[in-house]
Amino acid sequence: MSLLLGALTVGFIFSLVALGVFISFRIFAFPDITADGSSTLGAALAAMLLVHNVNPVLATSAAFVGGFLAGTLTGTLATKFEINGLLAGILVMTGLYSVNLHIMGRSNISVLGSCTLSTYAERVGTALTRNNTLNVMGWEITALEASLLMASFLFIVLAGCVMYAFFQTNLGTAMRATGDNNEMVRALGVNDENMIILGLGLSNGLIALAGAFITQYQGFADVQMGIGMVVWGLASVIIGEALVGTKQLGLTITGAVMGSVLFRLLVAIALRLGLNPNDLKLITAVFVFAALVTPGLLKRFKTLKPRSSHA
Amino acid sequence: MLEIRAVSKTFNPGTPNELRALQAIDLTVNNGSFVVIIGTNGSGKSTLLNAVAGSFFIDSGAISLAGADLTRWPEHRRAKLLGRVFQNPFSGTAANMSIAENLALAAYRGKPRRLGWPLGHTLLSQFRDRVSQLNMGLEDRLKNSIGSLSGGQRQALTLLMATWLRPDLLLLDEHTAALDPKSADQVIALTDTIVRRDKLTTLMVTHSMQQAANLGDRLIMMHRGGIIQDFQGAEKKRIRVDDLLARFEEVRRAELLDESAAEMLRRVYV
Repeated sequence: MSLLLGALTVGFIFSLVALGVFISFRIFAFPDITADGSSTLGAALAAMLLVHNVNPVLATSAAFVGGFLAGTLTGTLATKFEINGLLAGILVMTGLYSVNLHIMGRSNISVLGSCTLSTYAERVGTALTRNNTLNVMGWEITALEASLLMASFLFIVLAGCVMYAFFQTNLGTAMRATGDNNEMVRALGVNDENMIILGLGLSNGLIALAGAFITQYQGFADVQMGIGMVVWGLASVIIGEALVGTKQLGLTITGAVMGSVLFRLLVAIALRLGLNPNDLKLITAVFVFAALVTPGLLKRFKTLKPRSSHA
Repeated sequence: MLEIRAVSKTFNPGTPNELRALQAIDLTVNNGSFVVIIGTNGSGKSTLLNAVAGSFFIDSGAISLAGADLTRWPEHRRAKLLGRVFQNPFSGTAANMSIAENLALAAYRGKPRRLGWPLGHTLLSQFRDRVSQLNMGLEDRLKNSIGSLSGGQRQALTLLMATWLRPDLLLLDEHTAALDPKSADQVIALTDTIVRRDKLTTLMVTHSMQQAANLGDRLIMMHRGGIIQDFQGAEKKRIRVDDLLARFEEVRRAELLDESAAEMLRRVYV
């Protein structure tokens, strides 16, 4: 049970990565792999500030700002300096590795002794239940687990709603149009380069936020923790699209969150069944590959079929 | 008023693919004038429009519109003064967004994009009004994505979007060339209506001699990056399709003569 709760909580936290990847890959069609560095940047900033007894809300906000700046840097390299988008992301990600090490001072930091958002959630949880354990359908779960799950769920609902609302505004509409047809938005007086820079900023801000949350959830930050983050996010987005389609923005956002949670659950089950954790990233990559090529293969199969039946 | 002064543009300078697309072009267009531009392939018609729109910066010369010197303005800044319709129906609209969202983007042309909601009740009812005037039955499909529409419908909407806020200059770049004849006629009729009603200063590039003869109050013929003919006023009114075809034939013959003459000289002297 605790395994399930953990997987759900991590799934909700990582759906911020999915939302970030959704912005860069789907809205702007920009293959932004800054995420691998910016998620760690968020974790490193939050951990370092928490260790120095900074208020957890402030520390988490700082993580968002850090990720936002990293994203705008990638966007600036890609637009103003006309560097290939993929390369711009690689440059910033590589640079961030050193930055993250400098921020943390060593390759990992524990925040278990500090007051974190998890501490807040636990306090609220115990106050509400007046107990340290809950009984859910015969399962004993701790108030900490339950409150962390609830807190992450509520936050992700809030983040999803804010994001949905944002992309309906004038600014958000202009951003979506930039990804759709940048020639048109320039003709309508929108600076498409600034839209991409701002969009990548938001994307990486969300991803850094995930890094900060996961640090406070698991109790430590590690300089390697961001590796493979883009592929995780992409996997979640793809699962979400398979679940709810791509037609409506609100559905796609919900789908990305659902995809993230579902993916985490599948991973938790696979690990429970004896999957070697070292194989996890390989399997994720193969999964994303399969998800990317399958629709094309199916289409080819479908168009070939009637012809062969006539023959 | 649009003023184009000694504008030159060379693509791929210093390479075997060097193309002198515009060669010291001078053109003044008065307010409210509807100028049709025709020319041979590669004569620089579309390049001239793109130079005004800011798709690239010109090598030399100056472009000013409504008293402002646009020469160094980036494309998105010029958009405040310009309405544009492209040759490709896919270029003027965002396919994955709804008709209403596309119109809303156009309703804020040249204005800062902030966090307000674009689709208020007033704007939506204005959209329904104006879209219903297109007589395409699109007014009940404002929530549908543009991608589901035909090329003619998309061009009609792009035209509506380009002129939603009155532009100081409307640029039409062969905007019916990719359409079937019936849709092309519809879009041309719509163009004429809107340009007349709003008294828009317009530059229209076209391949159709029919359109060139029937539309506008001034006709410019381009060849090899320069303006070779400029019909205005009564002269423009008299122009018929046959006159234009004859003029093109002249240009073509002169071209042939040039080439054969060059060939002869080469044979004699090289």
